[in-house]
Amino acid sequence: MFLNEFLIFAALLFCIGVYGVLVRKNGVMVLMSIELILNSVNINLVAFSTYNGDVGGQVFALFIIAVAAAEVGVGLAIVLLMYRNRRSIDIAEANLLKG
Amino acid sequence: MFATEVVETTVPWIYENVWLIPALPAASFVLILLFGKRFPYKGAEIGIVAVGAAFALALLTAGTWIGDIESADAGHGETESHDEGEGTGTDSHDEDESTESDEHDSLGLTDGESAAPSIVTVGAVAQAESSGHDAATRGEPIVTERTWFQSGDTKVPIGTLVDGQSVMLLFVVTLVSGLVHIYSTDYVHGDRRYTHYFAFLSLFTASMLFMVLASSTIQLIVGWELVGVCSFALIGHWWEDKPNSDAALKAFLTNRVGDIGLLVGMSILFFAAGSTFNIGEINAKAAAGEINGTALTWAAVALMAAVMSKSGQFVLHTWLPDAMAGPTPVSALIHAATMVVAGVYMIGRLYPVFWEGLTISGSNVNLMALIGGVTTVGGGVLAFVQRDIKKVLAYSTVSQLGYMVLALGVGAYTAGMFHLFTHAFFKACLFLGAGSVSHACHHSFDMKSDMGGLRKHMPITFWTFLIGSAALAGIPPLAGFWSKDEILAGAGVWPGTGGNGTYYIPFIFGMITAALTAAYMTRTVWLTFFGEYRGHEQPHESGRRITTPLIILAAMAATVGFLNMPGPFVAKLGLPSGIAHRFEQWVEPSGIPSFVSAEYNDFHHANPSFTLAIFATLLAAGSGLLVWRYYKALYAKDPMASEYTDGLRSRSGLARRGYSLLENKYYLDHLYTDTIAVAVKGPLARLANWTNQNILDGVVNLAGWVSVRTGRLVYRFVDQGVVDRTVNASGRTASGSGQMLRLIQSGQIRQYAALMFGGAAVLAAVFILAI
Repeated sequence: MFLNEFLIFAALLFCIGVYGVLVRKNGVMVLMSIELILNSVNINLVAFSTYNGDVGGQVFALFIIAVAAAEVGVGLAIVLLMYRNRRSIDIAEANLLKG
Repeated sequence: MFATEVVETTVPWIYENVWLIPALPAASFVLILLFGKRFPYKGAEIGIVAVGAAFALALLTAGTWIGDIESADAGHGETESHDEGEGTGTDSHDEDESTESDEHDSLGLTDGESAAPSIVTVGAVAQAESSGHDAATRGEPIVTERTWFQSGDTKVPIGTLVDGQSVMLLFVVTLVSGLVHIYSTDYVHGDRRYTHYFAFLSLFTASMLFMVLASSTIQLIVGWELVGVCSFALIGHWWEDKPNSDAALKAFLTNRVGDIGLLVGMSILFFAAGSTFNIGEINAKAAAGEINGTALTWAAVALMAAVMSKSGQFVLHTWLPDAMAGPTPVSALIHAATMVVAGVYMIGRLYPVFWEGLTISGSNVNLMALIGGVTTVGGGVLAFVQRDIKKVLAYSTVSQLGYMVLALGVGAYTAGMFHLFTHAFFKACLFLGAGSVSHACHHSFDMKSDMGGLRKHMPITFWTFLIGSAALAGIPPLAGFWSKDEILAGAGVWPGTGGNGTYYIPFIFGMITAALTAAYMTRTVWLTFFGEYRGHEQPHESGRRITTPLIILAAMAATVGFLNMPGPFVAKLGLPSGIAHRFEQWVEPSGIPSFVSAEYNDFHHANPSFTLAIFATLLAAGSGLLVWRYYKALYAKDPMASEYTDGLRSRSGLARRGYSLLENKYYLDHLYTDTIAVAVKGPLARLANWTNQNILDGVVNLAGWVSVRTGRLVYRFVDQGVVDRTVNASGRTASGSGQMLRLIQSGQIRQYAALMFGGAAVLAAVFILAI
C-alpha cells in the first residue's frame, strides 16, 4: 500500500489550494482553491480509510463532499451579489470592514 | 360463594388495566378545562361521570381482589361464608361486582393474550406457574409496568401495583371523591370559578389514584408532588382573599420542607437497594435484611420528615388547620381520602423499610411511634379550644393521623390501615356535615356565635353528624370503635394482646386520645346542635345533593367497622366465624413471604382483649359525658353563655394559661414566622436601632465634620491629582492600543486567511513537536 504517495499528493494539493486562496484576487478562483483544500483532505481520509481497512473515513469524505457543495453554493451566491453591487469580483477591493 | 375452583391461567382483565382508574379523572380534568364551560352543567357532569366510572372500576378491582383471596381461602378447606350481616350498600356491591368479575375473567383470557408484549406482569407469571392460588401466591401484589424512560442502565418504570392496600385506597378515594363531586354541585353552586373548581377536583383525584397505584418510588414521588400542587390550587380557590392564598402558600411551602425528606429518603433507598426504583424489590430486600442497616435507618428518618409534612404530624402540622380556607368539600377530600393519608399510605407501602430501619420489633419507643403519639395527643387537645367547627375537625384529623402513624409505629400494620379506612368515611361525613351546617347558617363556621340548637332545624345533618362523631369517638359498634380498639390492642401493652409488650408510652398516648376525642366531639356536637340557636337568620336543612352524600357516608361510618371484627368478638356475638378479620385478610400483603414471618405476625395480629375494649369505651363515654354535663350546666345558666367568660377559664389561672397556650397553637406558628423566619430580622433591626440612636448619632456629627474636611483634601489631591490622571491615562492607553490593533483589521479576506493558515501551521508544528 502506497500510503506515503497519497499523503504527499494530498499535501501538494493542499499547498496549491492555500496558495490560490492567498494570492488570487478573483473570488471564483478563491472558491475553487478552497475546493482543492477540501479535496486534499478527502484524499487523506480515503487513503487512511483504505490503509486501516475502516470505511468510516470514506463515509466522512462523502459528508465533506456534501458540505462542500453547500459551501460553494453559499460562496457563489456571495460572489454573485458582490458583482451586482460593485461590477467586480476582485476580493482585494472588498475591504469595507477595514478598521 | 366462590366455591367453583377457577384455575386461573391469566390475570383478570382489571388487574392489567387498572391504570384506567386514574386515567379517567385525568382525562376529565383536560376535558373540563378545555370544553367544560360549554356543557350544560358547566363541566361538573364530566367530573361526576369520570369519577363515577372510576368508582365502578375500583369496585370491580376490589371485587376481583376479594374474590381471589376468598376463593384461595376456600380452596384451603376453610368454609367461608362471606355473607355478612353488615351487608350495607357497598358490601353487597362488592359481592355483585365480584361475581361480575368472573365474567370478566373469561374476557381476560383473550385480552391477556392480545396484550402488548412489552407489558411485564410479575404477579401473573407467579400465579400461572402455581396453577391457581395457594397460600404462597394468595394476596401477592400484581405489578404491571413498562419502562417510562431510561438513563444509562437505570430504567425508570411506570406501572400499576395492585395489592390489598392499593385496592383499599382506590375504593376509598373514588367513593369519597365521587360523593364530594355531587355535594359540590350544590355547595359551590354559582361560584365564579365553578368549572375550574371541578377541573382541579378531577386532577386531585387523578393524582391521588396515580400515587396509590405507584409501582416505583419515582412514580410515588410524582404522584405525591401532584397531590401537593392540586391541594395548593384548591385551598387557594378563593384566592382573592389574602388569608386564603396565604393558607395555600403555607400548605405548599410546608409540604416542600417534607418533600426534601422524601427525595433524600428515596435516593438513599435507590442506592442502598442496588439501583432499583421498584417498590416490591425494595421491600423484599429490606425485609430480608439485604440493605445496610444504617442506610435503612436514615432512609426511614428522612421519609418520616415527608410523612410529617404531608400527613400533618407534629411539628409540621401547622398547614393543615389553615387549609380550612379552601371550600368545605375540598377539606373533606383532603382530610378524608386524599393528600393527608398519602403520608400514612407511603409508610404502609414501604413498611418493611420502616420496620427494619426503625427496629420497630425490638424497641419500646421509636421515632414513628413517638411522632404519632405526640401528634395524636397534641392535635386532640388543640381541637378542644377551636371556635371554628372546621378547625375542630382539622385538628381532629391531625390527631387521628397521629393515631395511624402511632399504630404503624408500634407495628400494628393492619390496625393502622384499617383506621385509615374507617377514618376516611367518618371524617368525610363530618366535614361534609360541617359544610352543610355552614350552608344553613349563611356561610359561617363559628360554633360559638352562629350555631346552636340546629338539631331541630336540620335533622338529617344532625343525625349523620352525630353518627360520624360517635364513630370518631369510638363508640361501639360504629366503625371507629373497631379500628381504634385494634390500634390500642396492637400496642401490645394490655395483658394478653401480643407484640413485644414494651410500647407503654404510645399506648398511654393512645388512651389519652381516646378520651380526648370523645370529649371534643361532644363539645362540638353540643355547641352546634344543642342549646339555643345563637345565629341571626333562620337556618334551614340543605338540599338533596348535600344530604344524600351525608347519608351514604354516615351509613359507611356506622358499618365498615364490622369488616374487621376480631375472632373472639365474633364468637361472643354468636356470628359465623368466617366473618372475622375479613379486612385483614384482604388488605394485608400476605403475598410477600418475608412480610408474614412469625415476628411480623406477632405484631400485626394483636390478640383482641375484652377488658381493653370495655376500658377504652368507658373512658371515651366517661369523658364525653363529663363534657356534656359541663356544657349543659354552662348553657343552662345563660343560653348565650360562653366558656370564655363563664367557664373554667374565668376561675382558674392555670386553666387560663393553658388555654392561651392552646389558643396560640403551642406558639408553633409564632415560632416559625416570628422566631425562625424573623430570627435574623427582628433582633438585628432592634440592635441596629439602638446603635443608631445611642452611638451613631453622636458619631455621625463628628463623622460628618471629618468627612467634609477629608472630602476637600481628597478632592484637591486624590481626585484631581491621582484619579483623574489615572482615568485619562487609561483612556489614552485604550485609544493607543486600539489604533495599533486597528492595523490588523485590514478588511482583506486574503490577509485573514493567511493569518488563519499561519496559526494552523503553528498549531500543527506544536502538535508534531509535542508528540
